[in-house]
Amino acid sequence: MSGTFLGMPPFPTAARAALADSQLRHNLAHATGTIRGKRAGVVAEVDDWEQLRLAGAAIKDNALRSLDETLLRLEESLQDNGVTVHWARDAAEACSIVASIARGHGVDEVVKVKSMATQEIGLNEALAEHGIAAWETDLAELIVQLGDDLPSHILVPAIHRNRAEIRELFRDKMGSVGMPAPEGLSDEPAELAAAARRHLREKFLRAKVAVSGANFAVADSGTLVVVESEGNGRMCLTLPEVLISVVGIEKVVPTWSDLDVFFQLLPRSSTGERMNPYTSTWSGVTPGDGPQEMHVVLLDNGRTRVLADEVGRQALRCIRCSACLNVCPVYERTGGHAYGSVYPGPIGAILNPLMKGVGEDAQTDSLPYASTLCGACFEVCPVRIDIPEVLVHLRSRVVDAHRSGPPSAEALAMRTAGWLFGDARRLAAAEGASRLASRLGRRVLPGGRRALGWLPWPGSLWTGARDLPAPPRRSFRNWWKDRR
Amino acid sequence: MSAREEILAAVRGALAGADRADTPVPRAYRDAPPPADVVGLFVERAADYRAHVVRCAEADVPAAVASALGGLTRVLVPPGFPYPLPIPVDAGESTAELDRVDAVVTTAALAIATTGTLVLDHTDGQGRRALTLLPDTHLCLVRTDRVVPDVPAAIAALDPRRPQTWISGPSATSDIELNRVEGVHGPRNLHILVVG
Repeated sequence: MSGTFLGMPPFPTAARAALADSQLRHNLAHATGTIRGKRAGVVAEVDDWEQLRLAGAAIKDNALRSLDETLLRLEESLQDNGVTVHWARDAAEACSIVASIARGHGVDEVVKVKSMATQEIGLNEALAEHGIAAWETDLAELIVQLGDDLPSHILVPAIHRNRAEIRELFRDKMGSVGMPAPEGLSDEPAELAAAARRHLREKFLRAKVAVSGANFAVADSGTLVVVESEGNGRMCLTLPEVLISVVGIEKVVPTWSDLDVFFQLLPRSSTGERMNPYTSTWSGVTPGDGPQEMHVVLLDNGRTRVLADEVGRQALRCIRCSACLNVCPVYERTGGHAYGSVYPGPIGAILNPLMKGVGEDAQTDSLPYASTLCGACFEVCPVRIDIPEVLVHLRSRVVDAHRSGPPSAEALAMRTAGWLFGDARRLAAAEGASRLASRLGRRVLPGGRRALGWLPWPGSLWTGARDLPAPPRRSFRNWWKDRR
Repeated sequence: MSAREEILAAVRGALAGADRADTPVPRAYRDAPPPADVVGLFVERAADYRAHVVRCAEADVPAAVASALGGLTRVLVPPGFPYPLPIPVDAGESTAELDRVDAVVTTAALAIATTGTLVLDHTDGQGRRALTLLPDTHLCLVRTDRVVPDVPAAIAALDPRRPQTWISGPSATSDIELNRVEGVHGPRNLHILVVG
């Protein structure tokens, strides 16, 4: 069992708590700094990186622009390969399909490959309600699951935990769900990895049913792809008798040869490696080798809503590499939990509102504002998703969704400013007041300009998290008058 | 309406009015000049991922295999393994039996120089997927004429209908503080013998 994001507060509230956690900030700064350096090194090795990005974006766009036909081709190829194809409109439908297949085989446990789609639909919790234990086998997912915790990063869900915290967790919790941690376990990462190997091996060897996602689904050949590092994916894809793969409908690419772009873009962007340790590809059942019964669940769960948004549909190109998280100045300081979703960071700030729709709840509506619009995310995105463009677009949609209700403090402030600036005498009076305020500036910003550290309410809503540069001692109009 | 019909209808609705014409995909990356020494680059890059890489002549394979395996005793080769070695052939051992095997010796479909990657398509000489997964040591033989320059060349040469395993170094994780640690669930020791 792991925690739930349901009932999370809006981003600013959640971020405040995260910012106060100095251990978290230390863990995150260390981890994101390491991965940024590694990514930059291996991306610089590739001469035509920008062209690969353009190719990746074009391939995904082409698949999305004819998504109905591409999906039908994928379905046909999968069926030709002996795979049973299911379609799920939403999370509940997908979970019930997986549960009924597992129950049909009489199992009370499944092993899982790390998968964002199954996180998104809350599959583990749904299976638990059916009396089926879902064992996460990725090391970071195991850490999250043992700690009854929430994921905070797409690639490394336990990025917020350091080695000492992980050792405590293994010592306290492993024994209650299987093979306990060895006596005298240290906090050396190699020893912790060895403890996970021992703990999970018995589960791999006895599992009858495995659940995976897929990084890519190839329409022409009916091939699914799982990209991983540890070998837990290979275990789940090879040893059990039954394999169920939950695949978002945006994962489809037209042809096998298109993978020559993504197998270059993804590992370098994601873990900062030339190639990840293991990639498995399979096209249905292979007699005598691996699972002999295979199911694919094609999942919508809001993706067609994203597709309908002309600006936002580019978010469906996302290959879940998490490069945008690692470069984001906001993510680096608040961590992933503040975003209240399995999709945190810049991509989460657009994907969640696009998938769920805006104007429904304050938490989702707060996400497009969880950004400085610095553009670092767009620069590193391997499929060129212009995240700042989509953020600005979603901010306008959030504002539009709230036009009918009572005006917000921000709307009132803007209206007041409009009224002040609309008349020369009113503006002159305001300038007089701001001259007074310029004397109050006590703090000095980098560069030497003075700033107002604090304003009384409602100005405190602004100054609570920002410095307000002090107005200059003379206004432009005043200066101009004297020159003439 | 079934889920299938409803999702396809939603897709068509979302794309109503959208320009459905394909964007041309720039493919010049496929024409990149190959590195000067493809085999040498493969050896260097595979070693970067902490694989133990040794080059040897065809005639020296038995000695090189024996040396790489050291004192490991429970060793298997897959059916169709092309070199005559005094090692028993996998006869469909159960998963539990495979878990007690120390090492496995196989060939590969091809190897990729720029990334230091081995690709197995699990045809003759490479074994079923479990065979190269459960034993803690994997010794993989790849002939120099099977080393291709880069990922596009590999994708072009491979048949998607075969199950494939792409291997770049031993099993690893970066899940603890994003530090790479070799050795989780897959083989913790990867030996590569580049033959020819």
